[in-house]
Amino acid sequence: MSDDLEILRQDVLSELAGAADMRAWDAVRVGTLGKSGRLTALLKALGKMAPDERKARGVALNRLRDDLTRAIEDRGRELEAAALEARLVAERVDVSLPPPATAQGSIHPISRAVEEMTAIFGAMGFSVAEGPDIETDWHNFSALNTPDHHPARTDHDTFYLPPVPGLDVARVLRTQTSGVQIRTMLSQKPPIRVICPGRTYRADHDATHSPMFHQCEGLVVGQGITLGHLKGCLIEFLRVFFDKPDLPVRFRSSYFPFTEPSMEVDIGWSRRTGEIGGGEDWLEVLGSGMIHARVLANCGLDPREWQGFAFGMGVERLTMLKNGIPDLRSFYESDIRWLRHYGSDPLAPAMLHEGV
Amino acid sequence: MKFTLSWLYDHLETSATVEEICVKLNQIGLEVEGVENPGAALEPFLTARILEATQHPNADRLQVCRVDAGPGMNDVQVVCGAPNARAGLAVIFAKPGTYVPGLDITIKAGKIRGEASGGMLCSLRELGMGEDTGGIAELPEDTLPGQSYADFAGLDDVVIEIAITPNRGDALSVRGIARDLAAAGLGTLRPWMAEAVEGTFESPITWENSYPEACPWVLGRTIRGVKNGPSPEWLRRKLETIGLRSISTLVDITNYFCFDLGRPLHVFDVKKLSGSRLTLCHGAGETFKALDGQDYTVTPDDCVITDANGVQSVAGIMGGDASGADEGTTDVFVECALFDPVHIALSCRRLGLSSDSSYRFERGVDPALPVAAMEAATRMIIELCGGEASEVVSAGEQPKWQRDATLRFNRVRDLGGLDVPAEESVALLEKLGFEVQEKTDTHVRASVPSWRNDIAQKPVLAQGRDLPADQAARAAEGVELIEAESDLVEEVLRLKGLDAVPPVPLPSVSVVPAVALTPRQVRAARARRVLAARGLVETVGFSFVSHEDALRFGGAPDTLRLLNPIASDLDQMRPTPMVNLVAASQRNAARGWADIGLFEIGAGFSEDGQQQIAAGLRAGHTPRYPGQVSTAVSLWTAKADALELLTQLGVSVEGLSATPDAPSWYHPGRSGVLRQGPKMVLGYFGELHPSLLQAEGIDVPVVGFEILLDAVPEPKRRRKAAPKLSAFQPVRRDFAFVVARDVPGEKLLKAVKGADRNLVSDVSLFDLYEGEHVPEGHRSMGVEVTLQPVDKSLTDAELEAVSERIVAAVAKATGATLR
Repeated sequence: MSDDLEILRQDVLSELAGAADMRAWDAVRVGTLGKSGRLTALLKALGKMAPDERKARGVALNRLRDDLTRAIEDRGRELEAAALEARLVAERVDVSLPPPATAQGSIHPISRAVEEMTAIFGAMGFSVAEGPDIETDWHNFSALNTPDHHPARTDHDTFYLPPVPGLDVARVLRTQTSGVQIRTMLSQKPPIRVICPGRTYRADHDATHSPMFHQCEGLVVGQGITLGHLKGCLIEFLRVFFDKPDLPVRFRSSYFPFTEPSMEVDIGWSRRTGEIGGGEDWLEVLGSGMIHARVLANCGLDPREWQGFAFGMGVERLTMLKNGIPDLRSFYESDIRWLRHYGSDPLAPAMLHEGV
Repeated sequence: MKFTLSWLYDHLETSATVEEICVKLNQIGLEVEGVENPGAALEPFLTARILEATQHPNADRLQVCRVDAGPGMNDVQVVCGAPNARAGLAVIFAKPGTYVPGLDITIKAGKIRGEASGGMLCSLRELGMGEDTGGIAELPEDTLPGQSYADFAGLDDVVIEIAITPNRGDALSVRGIARDLAAAGLGTLRPWMAEAVEGTFESPITWENSYPEACPWVLGRTIRGVKNGPSPEWLRRKLETIGLRSISTLVDITNYFCFDLGRPLHVFDVKKLSGSRLTLCHGAGETFKALDGQDYTVTPDDCVITDANGVQSVAGIMGGDASGADEGTTDVFVECALFDPVHIALSCRRLGLSSDSSYRFERGVDPALPVAAMEAATRMIIELCGGEASEVVSAGEQPKWQRDATLRFNRVRDLGGLDVPAEESVALLEKLGFEVQEKTDTHVRASVPSWRNDIAQKPVLAQGRDLPADQAARAAEGVELIEAESDLVEEVLRLKGLDAVPPVPLPSVSVVPAVALTPRQVRAARARRVLAARGLVETVGFSFVSHEDALRFGGAPDTLRLLNPIASDLDQMRPTPMVNLVAASQRNAARGWADIGLFEIGAGFSEDGQQQIAAGLRAGHTPRYPGQVSTAVSLWTAKADALELLTQLGVSVEGLSATPDAPSWYHPGRSGVLRQGPKMVLGYFGELHPSLLQAEGIDVPVVGFEILLDAVPEPKRRRKAAPKLSAFQPVRRDFAFVVARDVPGEKLLKAVKGADRNLVSDVSLFDLYEGEHVPEGHRSMGVEVTLQPVDKSLTDAELEAVSERIVAAVAKATGATLR
């Protein structure tokens, strides 16, 4: 190879090595292989040479062009990689920092419990019935075999509202959701299976009583419904609700004006640890009984044809037991810390197939 | 109702343990509320005798005693400071390790001033049961050392407290409880007989009854020459252990019968009565002082007992202060009456007065008992107070209480779910005092015992007024026929124990159950999840709030104000849950949690009724973050909450409009009413009114929304058409319109959308500008329009044409011009 080609090669290679960025690299590329590049000029000059001279020079020039093209491309890739590397370093962030906060919403434990009750009773063929919070005295008491002088009324501490024109019975804030049962029996032909969750009110306020609380009552009317069904239904409910397949359940004779026979329902628990299902003690959780013949008749159902059972439970009470919530009053105080602590995730609603 | 085990044994012969008795009581419907043994703490104390007492060598006031405390401890040295400690005295001894309740210490053996002392001699006060008498307790001389003091003093008596349900007036007596336990197989009821006391003179006081509806039957008798005073120990202790105060023998005797037989009695001091007649009559507005020292004013509906001077007793409830027996009483008139439960209950409620006596009358006493009870009471009075009895005087007669009830044996199974053999059912009823009148293979007819007022009574109905007459009559007839039978089924099951009834699953209606919720209920459940998923925290607030707060939220009608609120700030039914949310936000802010989002789904009350409202609130500021400025909560977030909720409930947001006429609790310039069409209001949103926030003591910005869930139309369940997914690229064009300031922006955007329904697929606002280059009273709205060609790309000419249509439509609808 002639000296001038070797000089060119050495020049270009050293310029490439000196090119620190893509711009300098591009200048070398254009200055060598571009339209007026040094190698291009030599190639152009080839045509003017004598044929014998031209052949040898041509071979040398072509080799030089291939070598330099490769060297330029290699250097280009090298510089690109270096540039990317530098960008990646420059773009580095502290991944240990927290992301922006998003507010977490939650569902109140009372709503959650009602949802669970609905899911479980729903699976047993119950639907949900609702009624007004302001009831007539008849719906709340008289129709339920609790006449005005009945001793059970004094236990209820009823809130009263002023009379309104056109209504000749007293208005009360319902002390139980039983009025909904009455409305259901009046409006719906048996067989009936409903639960009636809702707000209830009693004029009592201390650590274990709130002037407003929630009840979930239930009603089953049919033919051939016996106390055995009542027991089967409630045992099933309690065991699923508390997620304790072997939960001990005890039925004790009692009295309510609207059922006969009446019974209170206890579950096994430990007074010492508060554990549901364990221990030697019993805890009352439900009232229930076979619907009183008078209540059926007050709603126009002939007790010779229809019979059934009713039950009622305190939603807060069952929620407190299930979740170990110590204080009833906290349910209504809307303390954001309490609500976040006991509230549940809206994206995990009570579904039997996922477990309530 | 409290009773002691020993009192129960007066009526029940049983070998059952306390535990067995309690289990049985619970099973048969007499719920045990508490079991206590006040004597248990005194069990370790021993009776003992001082053998010798000598002066302590190193202390003037102490003696060194040698004490015999029974086997194993018959010569213990005890140092004692009591002045009455002396040789031969029978005493109470606490050995080392004994806890002394009156001093709250545990005795240890040790040395006192150098002399060994192996225990302590006790006063009654130290045992926690009496006053200080200035020395140790002195027991009777013949007391045998080494007995447990609790046993010795008869203090080892268990007190059981049970809850009696309103139907079981008969169990408000120790005898009634014993009878139930015996029927349930826990022993034998001891016979009880009252031996008559022959009257030796005519009673100087007689009865007259002018209110027989309230008092069908009354007996009375004078006992003269009695000596009243403190009760004997056994009677005093009986009453005190169940929490009653011993007053005097005569009064204690009436209380004894009240609890022993459930038979209230009253005694008048004859010398304090005027005239020779006591009259049962209607009250007449008199005010009289009852035995509790309070004044009561009686009404014509109340039954009272008067003498020539006026009211001496509210009959069956409480006697009068003026005519009651006291220490000086020598002649006493005993009242034993039957009062109507309803009259008593209503009088008690009217007067705000109740007593152990009225409690029993209200629940029904045994109508057959008065004669025997009068004899038993007479006998006890004469036994304890002396005196001689007159003949018995009365007014009215024993009411006809006799009635039968029939049980078809298969009903125990078909209603009660338990197969009980016929013979067993009959035997159980007989143990309860029923007497068989007729028995066949299928049924038994039995007479109801006089004390069971709850069984086979005439049904009282309160049938719905709108029921068809024949349906109501048929139902009423059904009750007549089967109610008494249900009473008997209950008795059989109660005694057998409900635990014996085998549980049976409800018959399955369908394997996969039907939907449990109505669309309205689903709406509430869905709303709850949507709002919680948007970061709001659900609350539950009281349905009543203060009258003033309700007024601030637009509604506090008197018809929705409670007549008997529990507190003055909980007296008005709330017009909207927003009242509670605002108060909750204030409380949380006061605790240092100002930046919160809350919601409640619940009732709002108005004179039109009750409606379900989903209310939400956001207070404070957005969180700070690098590169993001914390800003006040925005009404746009509240609007987005409301619109998202409506969308999730199936409402098409495109069909909604927002008008600036929200209710008074919102900022008038920064709030809106969400409407579907011109009339239907679905809710409100906006910033809350600054003066309301100030009144509630809130100093952070608050925005909120209320969605009237009952107004939300039920979504149509239509199958969706297949979407048209165009193969051609959409074209996006920006327009800037200059439009008058008072034109709602919503109107302009709708005009753009409506300009070409085939091509315009989306319209969004990207800029709002007022100021230089825009005329006064106008603003510029920058709008991005997405044009979606369907079957071919748009040509320039077509693009131009649609742009012109848009500009023209907007100009027509709003008067806007292209900027």
